[in-house]
Amino acid sequence: MAFQLLINLTISFVWMFLYNAWDLPTFIIGYVVGGLILFVVRRFFHQPLYLIKVYAIIKLILLFFKELFLSNVTVVKHVLSPKLNIKPGIFALETDLKTDWEITLLSSLITLTPGTLVVDISEDQRTLYIHAMNIEDIEVSISAIKNSFERAIMEVSQ
Amino acid sequence: MTEISSVVVAVFVLLGSFLSLVTTIGLLRLPDIYSRTHAASKSATLGVLFILLGALVFFYQESGLDARLILGILFVFITSPVAGHLISRAAYYTNVPLWGKSVRDDLKVVSKEKRSKSVQH
Repeated sequence: MAFQLLINLTISFVWMFLYNAWDLPTFIIGYVVGGLILFVVRRFFHQPLYLIKVYAIIKLILLFFKELFLSNVTVVKHVLSPKLNIKPGIFALETDLKTDWEITLLSSLITLTPGTLVVDISEDQRTLYIHAMNIEDIEVSISAIKNSFERAIMEVSQ
Repeated sequence: MTEISSVVVAVFVLLGSFLSLVTTIGLLRLPDIYSRTHAASKSATLGVLFILLGALVFFYQESGLDARLILGILFVFITSPVAGHLISRAAYYTNVPLWGKSVRDDLKVVSKEKRSKSVQH
């Protein structure tokens, strides 16, 4: 991924040299042209095109903001409701993610989702222990959310 | 233009302070440390974020985009879930009990094993 980015930057600098113009618009045009060239020669790279990964990262960031907003709505509802009808508990969640940064990202995403908080990660990094504010109604929907998060992170890391 | 941006600033700052207020009420009302961390790690993040966004829009008219405010937003966004996680983890391993009405606790067995292991060594 870093290699492709480097090639793209090199192409845009070559573009600036060819035009003998040292300003931002020329750089951007060169960058777009470089992206097109990379798209044409994508067969020669061993990894998928890095622009796909950039798109996945943007999707992940948008997901992050959406979940943060929704979780705040949930917390506000719980805190300001006249009766405190919460059923907290800790449950275990198996994860397929391998590297450290993926697990870090997943656990901070989980912490920012509605009604969940990561308490501990097991020694072999396979299981996350999550404190849920309302374990009954959430547990089903949570696994769905986790799947979407995990998939989004995997799209970035592959 | 200034009218619109002042309305935006007002909405952001009011929303942020409302969320901070909710965080405080949550800290007082919720039963145990884990539920309190829920309120503290989520509402406080978005509250501070909204107030910083309001400041960003407010100072945009005078002095342009302030990169330090954007950096501040980014740092708060990255660090506060980690802080919530660490606080709750430290609480769990120093035997702070869950609320009496808590339903289940999958971590109990694992943490007991870990503790007995550390005693043996």
